[in-house]
Amino acid sequence: MVDTIVFLVAAVICLTGALGVILARNPVHSALMLVMTLFGIAVQFVSQEAHFLAAVQVIVYAGAIVVLFLFVIMLLGVDTAQNLEIGALPAQKWAALCFGVGSLALTGYIILAVDNPVTGRPGMGGAIDETANVRLLARSLFSNYVYAFELTSLLLVIAVIGAVVLARKPVKQLPEEAGR
Amino acid sequence: MTGDPLFHDGVDLVDIGIMGLKVVVAFGFLLVATMFMVWFERKLISDMQNRIGPNVAGPWGLLQTFADGVKFFFKEDLRPENADPLVFRLAPYISAVTAFLSFAIVPVGGVFKDVPGTTGTVNIFGRETFLQVADPPIGILLLLAMSSIAVYGIMLAGWSSGSKYPLIGSVRASAQAISYEAALGMSVVAVVILAGTLSTHDIVAHQAGGINTWFLVTSGVIPFIVFLIAATAELNRPPFDLVEAEQELVGGFHTEYSSIRFALFFLAEFMNVITMSAIMVTLFFGGPAGPIFFGLTWFWPTIWFMSKVMVFLFIFVWFRATLPRLRYDQLMDLGWKVLIPLSLFWLMFISLKELRASNDWNWIATYAAAAGGLLLGGTLLITALRAGDRAYQKDSEDA
Repeated sequence: MVDTIVFLVAAVICLTGALGVILARNPVHSALMLVMTLFGIAVQFVSQEAHFLAAVQVIVYAGAIVVLFLFVIMLLGVDTAQNLEIGALPAQKWAALCFGVGSLALTGYIILAVDNPVTGRPGMGGAIDETANVRLLARSLFSNYVYAFELTSLLLVIAVIGAVVLARKPVKQLPEEAGR
Repeated sequence: MTGDPLFHDGVDLVDIGIMGLKVVVAFGFLLVATMFMVWFERKLISDMQNRIGPNVAGPWGLLQTFADGVKFFFKEDLRPENADPLVFRLAPYISAVTAFLSFAIVPVGGVFKDVPGTTGTVNIFGRETFLQVADPPIGILLLLAMSSIAVYGIMLAGWSSGSKYPLIGSVRASAQAISYEAALGMSVVAVVILAGTLSTHDIVAHQAGGINTWFLVTSGVIPFIVFLIAATAELNRPPFDLVEAEQELVGGFHTEYSSIRFALFFLAEFMNVITMSAIMVTLFFGGPAGPIFFGLTWFWPTIWFMSKVMVFLFIFVWFRATLPRLRYDQLMDLGWKVLIPLSLFWLMFISLKELRASNDWNWIATYAAAAGGLLLGGTLLITALRAGDRAYQKDSEDA
């Protein structure tokens, strides 16, 4: 009973946020709507007793990643409503429509084709004993999925180094620029 | 069973009543504490600067903050023409709500005995309960989550004002908060590894055996120092208050705010100071731990907790009165090149120590390996920093 109410409220929050992300005209409003969706998902995690994932969801996604989005939006000064007709790729609209309809169809097919969504397997993030939440997650992350984990962190390091290299000022400047 | 014993045998109306009482008491306590914190800060700074400070409203100027608060209510509420109406109104509430929520996990009292995890309860209306608003399984992570959401309050306030100085202030603030959150988080993790739990109640229960069991001692002072510096930066307190550097940015992110909205930012800022002090006491200084003398036994831990928090409030004011503001590049250097490597190294050292203890490794070999790793990592880091400095100097000479 309580679970159902929590699920419905959180689902409404998620979907409203998700719709808001694409419908809001102002990029900053879109980013805020994304935060709302992430909060809804965090609530879903809590109702599945995956407390740690919920906390990480808020700390990492809402707290760091969307803040970076906002940072970029504010620094680039694109934080006003823009006319989307100007400068858009001509095929983009149709491609977006095709992908949207395609993924909707796929989701619908999955809902219809799977008659019993309950697998009966215990969740990895949500624990039976609530204190063991972090321990179980760490165990699976550092034993079964250790290579995937390390490769992901390697990927992030490469991305950071790439960003630093790209962001560095060029050492040699053109003569007319050097005087500034 | 973990968590608050109040909910162990189902939830009835009395439980809900106790919960409501706790929330109201915590809310009222924070508001009143904020009021006196503002007075305390002004009075202490004026003492340190050989001034008198507020002394007209009430005895020793005690009612000055109350008078200021009432004045805020009656001021006109301005909104700049360029402001984004919705976000402009939302931002102060984000700041205030996150500031209130993070205090919920602080255990403010209860007698903790030497046995971890079993005590620290008090009896209210015939029910056993913890003296903290909430003891969620994620415990201390709620603080990190709330402090990362609090960034939105500052960032959106600056952006939605539709004005230049607030925007610069808020961009500075968010960059600063993101940089220092890493160091803050890692010093929290050091404590979590030692305690083996995220719950603040259990963290406090682990420190109940006297000063030598406090995590200040067992984690070896460094996580505490890193936490103190990073917390000061997270709070945008001096010497890290570049966010509202008056000489450069007028008032920073809240330049365009007036009336009660400004008061909400102010409230959030001072409440966060109190919460951070309380968290430091919880993580490193045993929370409400202390000797119990006579009379009411449940009374003493709360007294000890309050006195420890007072010491940190004093330290924060002391910082403000004595330290000059850092330059922005110094701020970033301190965060990324000193605090993060230091706390990372100390975190690995503590993990190694714990692993050695639980697996019974040879301690000479373990510490020799640790020293080798430190030497290698330190050399690599210093080489990298030197190379970075050289490249920076070369760039600025060429330009």
